[in-house]
Parts: sequence; C-alpha cells; structure tokens
Amino acid sequence: MVKRLEKAYIYALLFFLYAPIGVLIVYSFNQNKTNRVWGGFSLRWYIALFNNRDIMSALYYTLLCAVLATIISTIIGTFTAIAVDSLDGLMRVVYVNLNYIPVINTDIVTGISMMLAFAFAKIKFGFATMLIAHISFCIPYVILSVLPKLKQMDPNMVEAALDLGATPWQAFYKIVLPDISVGITTGALLAFTLSIDDFVISFFNTGSGVTNLSIYVYSAAKKGISPEINALSTIMILVVTALLAIINKRALSNNSKRGEK
Amino acid sequence: MKKTIALLCCVLLAAAPFSGCTKARSETLYVLNWGAYIDPEVNDMFEEEFDCKVVYTTYDSNESMYVKAKQNSSPCDVVFPSDYMVEKMVREGMLYKLNKANIPNMANIDPKLLGMDYDPGNDYTVPYFWGTVGILYNTAMVNGPVDSWGILWDEQYKGNIIMYDSQRDTIGVALKYLGYSMNSRNMDEITEAEELLVSQKPLVIGYYTDIMQEMLIGEEGALGVTYSGDAVYSITQNPDLAYSVPKEGSNKWFDSAAILETSENKEMAEKYINFLCRDDISLMNAEEVMYSTANKNIEAELRETDWGNSEAYFPTDEIMDRCEIFRDPGEFVTVYSDVWERIKSK
Amino acid sequence: MSKKVKALALPYGLWMIAFTLAPMALMAIYAMRSSQGQAWTFKNFANFFSPLYMKVLWESVYIAIITTAISLAIGYPAAYFISVLPRKQRDIFLVLSILPMWMNFLLRTYSWMNILGRNGLINKMLSAIGIGPVSILYTRGAVYLGMLYNFLPFMIYPIYAVLIKISPSYLEAAKDLGASSWSAFWKITMPLSMPGVITGISMVFMPAVSTFVIPELLEGGHTMYIGNLIQHQFLQKGDWNFGSAISMILMAFVLLSMMVLNKFDTSGSKEDALW
Repeated sequence: MVKRLEKAYIYALLFFLYAPIGVLIVYSFNQNKTNRVWGGFSLRWYIALFNNRDIMSALYYTLLCAVLATIISTIIGTFTAIAVDSLDGLMRVVYVNLNYIPVINTDIVTGISMMLAFAFAKIKFGFATMLIAHISFCIPYVILSVLPKLKQMDPNMVEAALDLGATPWQAFYKIVLPDISVGITTGALLAFTLSIDDFVISFFNTGSGVTNLSIYVYSAAKKGISPEINALSTIMILVVTALLAIINKRALSNNSKRGEK
Repeated sequence: MKKTIALLCCVLLAAAPFSGCTKARSETLYVLNWGAYIDPEVNDMFEEEFDCKVVYTTYDSNESMYVKAKQNSSPCDVVFPSDYMVEKMVREGMLYKLNKANIPNMANIDPKLLGMDYDPGNDYTVPYFWGTVGILYNTAMVNGPVDSWGILWDEQYKGNIIMYDSQRDTIGVALKYLGYSMNSRNMDEITEAEELLVSQKPLVIGYYTDIMQEMLIGEEGALGVTYSGDAVYSITQNPDLAYSVPKEGSNKWFDSAAILETSENKEMAEKYINFLCRDDISLMNAEEVMYSTANKNIEAELRETDWGNSEAYFPTDEIMDRCEIFRDPGEFVTVYSDVWERIKSK
Repeated sequence: MSKKVKALALPYGLWMIAFTLAPMALMAIYAMRSSQGQAWTFKNFANFFSPLYMKVLWESVYIAIITTAISLAIGYPAAYFISVLPRKQRDIFLVLSILPMWMNFLLRTYSWMNILGRNGLINKMLSAIGIGPVSILYTRGAVYLGMLYNFLPFMIYPIYAVLIKISPSYLEAAKDLGASSWSAFWKITMPLSMPGVITGISMVFMPAVSTFVIPELLEGGHTMYIGNLIQHQFLQKGDWNFGSAISMILMAFVLLSMMVLNKFDTSGSKEDALW
C-alpha cells in the first residue's frame, strides 16, 4: 500500500515534468498556426522547420558551441584535476576555491562580468566570445566531477606502473584514465547539458548573427513562437530519448560483461 | 569516451548543411533590425543579387539598439532607428551621412515622410515603415466605442488591459490622457503621469511588447496599447479586433534605415538601403510585416489586400494631425527611465 | 614527474585569471566609477540603498525563498521515494526526472504559457466541467510554478545522491534497537541527508533569486526583480556602472547566503566535493 503511494507520487511528479513537453509535441502536429486552436493533424511545421533559416542556424550554433565547449572543457578540466590532485597546501586551496567562483556565482553575474571583460579588451562579440564563456562555466563542473574519482584512486598503482618502466603517458593512459573515466564522462555530460541549456551567459556574450536556441526562443517568445519550434522540440526530445536508450543499453551490456569476468 | 566524441561530431556534421551558412560570399553586411520587420526572403534575394552575405540580427527597443551601436562591440552596418533615436544618434555623430547618388530609389519614398524635424534634409536616414500608437481592442469584449485613453483606467476592464513594455510609449499615453505633450519636460506633469500609471497597475494584466498581439488574438485580454502595424496583422487573425487612435491624441512614429559611422562596408550598406526602397521589395516587406510602408508607388496593390484598405494601415490626415512625434529628451531621458523603473517596481 | 604533473594546472590557472578574476575585478572597478566623470565613487552603491531598489531586492529574495521551500517540500519526498526503489527502477526514474532538462528551458517555460492561459488547456478543461476561467498566467503563482518546474531537478538530484550513499546498515541497526521506521527516518536518514539538502537549497535559491526570464514571460513584467533591473541597466539604459554595482551587491548577497547556509552543514568533510 505504502509502496503504491510512493510510486503514485513519483508518477504525479513525472506528469508535472512532462506535461509541457507533451503539449509541445501535440501542437507540433497542429494544422493551425496559433497554438490555441486545434485545426487537424498535419506535418507542415516539420517541413517548414527545415526551411527556416533562423532556427536552423540557431540549432547549428547551439550544437557547435555545446560540442566544442564539452570537448575543450573536458580536456582542460581533466588535466587540471590531475594536477590539482597532486598539489597541496596553499596552491590547492587557491585552485579549488577559484574554481568554485563560476559555480557559486549566479549566471547573470558571470555573464555580465565576462561581457565587461570582452568589451574592455575590445574583442568583437561573436561565436568566439560565446564559446569562451561556455568553456569557462563548464570547466569547473568537469574538475568537480573528476577530483573525487582521483581521490578514490590508489596512488601506489601509478608508482608501481612507473617503477615497472611505464612512461608517464602510459601510466596516465593505462592506469589513471580507466579509473577516473566515470568522473570524466559525468563531467562531460554535465558540461554538455549546461551548455545546451544556457541562456543568460550566451545572451550577454554573443554578437551579430550568432544566435543559439535559447536566445532565439527568448526573442521569438515575445512575439508568439512560430509552430516550427514545436516541431524542433519534438525532434530534440526524441533524439535525446533515443540516445539515452542506446547509452543505457550499452552500459547495461558492459556491466554484465564485466560481471562475467 | 572516443565513441562519444565521434558521435557528437557526427551530430555536428549532420547539422551543418541546415545551418544556412554554407555558401561562401565575397562580402558580408551586418544588419541590425527590429524583430519581424522584414520578409526573410528579401535578405536571400539581396545575397544572390549582390554576392554579399547578410548577417541579420534583431532588437526589441530603440534603446537596446543604441546601446549595441554605441558599444560597437560587434560589427554592424545598417540600423533602423525611430524618429527620436535618429535625432539622438545624429547629434552624437553616430550616423553616416548618406551619399544620395547611391540611393536613387529614394525617389520612391512618399515625400510626406521626407524632411522631418529629426533629419530635415534626409542626410542620414531613409524612411522604412511608419505608423501610430493606439488601442487594439476586442469588440466582443468591450462595450461601446473606444475613443479615449480613459478606457484603460476603467474598472470594468480589470484584468483585461495590456500595456506596452516601453517607457516612452507608456508614459506618453498617460501624458496624453492628462492633456499634456508626450514630450513633456515638466516634472509636475510627469509625476502626475507616474501616479496615474501606478494607480492603473491593478487593472493591468502585464507589460508586453510583441507578444501582446498573440494575447489579443487569443483573447487573453480585451484591450492593449499597440502599434498600428501590429494591429493590422492582429485584425487579420481575429476579426473581432479593432484599432482606434484616441481623441486625446497619440504618438506617430517613423522608422528609418540608416548607416552607422563605424560601419566598415558603407557602400554595400547603401546598396542594401537602395534595395529596400525598390518597389517590388517594398511590397514584399509590406505584405509580410503589415506596417505602413514608406514607398508611395505601391498603395494601389496594398489597398487591394484584405487588410490594407483600412484606417489602421492608411490613417487619415485628421488622425495624423492629432498625433505628435517623439523628440529626443537628451539628458532628460534619465528622468523617464527612473519613472519607468518606479512604475514597474511598485 | 610530480613537477610536470603540477605544471598541468598552469593553463587553467591562466584561464581563470583571464576569464574569471579579471572580469570580476573589472566589474568592481566599473561599480566604483561614476557614469559621468572618471572619478572614483561609492555613489552607485549608495543609489541602490533606496527604498525603491530595496523593494526590488526584497521581492527577488521573497520569491526565491518561497520557490526553494516548495521545491524542498516536493523534491525531498521524491528523492527519498526514488532512492528506496529497487536499483533498476531507481535508475529509470532518475533518468526520467532529468531528461526534460535536455530540452531548452525557455521552450518548456513557453509551453506553460499555452497551458496556463485564459484559453489554455487548464481553463478549457475547467470550462468543460462548468467552472469559469481562472487567471493563473500573469500572476505570481505562474512565476512560482515556472520556477518550481525549472529548478526542481536541482533539488531532487543532490538529495538523491546523498540518500543512496547512506548505508542501509544504519537503519537496520536502528530497527534492531527498536526504533520505528518513522523515527529511524527522522533520527538517521534526515540528518545524514542534510548535505544534499543544503546543496539542493543553494542550487535552487541561486538561479531563483537572479532570474529575469521566467517572470518576464509568465508574470508579464508586473514586478521588477533584481535580474530584470540588472538587465535593464546593461541593455536598455546603458548605465554599466550602476549595473555593475547591482551585480556586485547580488554577488555579495548570494555569497553571504551560502556562508550562512554552510553553517548548517554539519558533515564537516566537504573539502573539494560539490556534493
């Protein structure tokens, strides 16, 4: 009985989380232009979507920025975490605390302070400034995901490897990397999520012609969003669900393989 | 890990063809315009004809455009300021003096719109769209005629009134209702307007810009202060809607194309402005945007559409005569900003 | 070897100086400069401490507190219920509760406008059973709903992460000693989950206090919040000095709240970890 109540609670919560998404999906098949009246089933907005230059370019910049920010911040973050793990005393405290600044600052303060810096240095706003801003707020999360994994590692392992004649690079590649890979993946995933969902920081650090989806929706929402965006949301949510299903399946099969060993 | 990266790269490659930035062009023109103020096709046509990539960005108020242009932090060639903003930008030397020989299509512009006080010789600007500010209302939800701003303070429409989220327009409405000039610099008058707007807040659903159209079309509200062009479009979407310029008078405004002094491609910018003044292009834009066009040669075509032959689209001289143009308040603008902040935060 | 490893920290050190520290310093300088002349001044800060702007700050803090409280009240049971499920179901529910975050938050917020509007889904359903239209959109309630919707996962996830780490042996021991499951929850699970609760609170409070998009869309700009005020200074008024001063004050306020909050964190050993 209690179990059932608990499950009902979770289902109610999921309903709350998915209701708006469901609405977007349903309206993406609406024949009418306005979201408020149902005019019959239609795929016209899916066709219109691929002809909408603004949305397509926003999607492109969003993905490009997210992928680049994820790759760069994961690489920098991982190496920095390894270095910080070897630091002690004051330097460690300094690094760990400075790293926290973007995490505990509100988006608007981070975004504006970077905007001031770019303007001061007379750097033209555009894709580069947006990307730098994204990398800056992603790295701390990668470091915070990797550091605990490094702590859990047995330091003797690396020493043993080096004693046995491994080069430092081999030791890193064969010993450290597999051990912290979960942390790196978590960090990368976090970075990707943050980047793709960001509005405020991008809003203040972008320039002419570079618009990501958040900024597009923000300016479009003010004049009534065109239904193409409903179609895009539907595609996005399907792609994400499919990706997750694939990743999960692979993770499960990997786990069972490991279990056999 | 490697696989994940490979997967991400694939996603990226798959997205690239759709991004619309695949074709290499020899030149690039940066255009900063109001949201939904052009037929997107026009930019494509310009790109084809002049082998010049158009990077098009939008803004939602004169003030935010001004801040962007002033900071000069991102490349920008063509902008579309309104009357009072033209005055301010000319005074501050931000606009480039046009070479009219390069803009022969200026001959298509309605002479009524030339030689305005904010740019007497049209040395800096070429009119683009113009219109009035008035009340867009739902005839099925509002009783009797709408001919006075006073209806926006009528208790029976509590929760049905939408105001424009712009300091000049909203404070201007209150000033006009009180019988003062929209350009008042008299502190007593402005304070009176502020009190009037604060007293109105409980009746108001919210302060919106463009989305107001959607709200009135969807009957989320009954009365809204809006621009004539938005009203024309909204009426096509919901026939119950009507537009009125109140008898106390209102604001008439003129948006013009101009080139920034900091522009690095003034020649192409002039070509772009000239292109916008071409009859076929003006017609495309007018049909898409539904704001009153500055081109005098296409009136007949527009009158034939089911929305063009209306007082909202072609206001009578009598309506235009009771409206006034905003002037640049200069340093006094901070008074307006402060009043606006107070109204919004109370 | 060790030196070489340490040197790996250098690039990010430089990065932080360029893109974290320098911007902060610049913001502080802007905040202490007058917008007219080039003089140093505290006027920008002094201006903020007027009844008008204090009210703006208070409104922001007020909605942030309410949002955080509701998120905690709804999110804690959710995290707990998920954590006691069998492992496989647990993973599925967790993924399902995070999945919506992969869709742009502005899109999801916009979708609420369709649901809550006067002719939206809720009112259509209500009118079908004969109840007149209720106004939800364009009220404070809509803002709470929108923020709850966007920030709830930030509350659930950290609490959940702590809850699953609590060793079941503690609870078994308590039960062996005769504690009811209710008192075992209050005496053991609850205190041990505090670090997660505190992380959750700060992760909800921070974005809630500084948001400017959600109120703009769902409340119709009725009230000015501190996020709107900052945005207004930078993008509409072009007063970067006053805008910087407000940002500094917001930053100080958030830092202070975090410090106070961390006083309640009794777990002690949180050196490097985020949660």
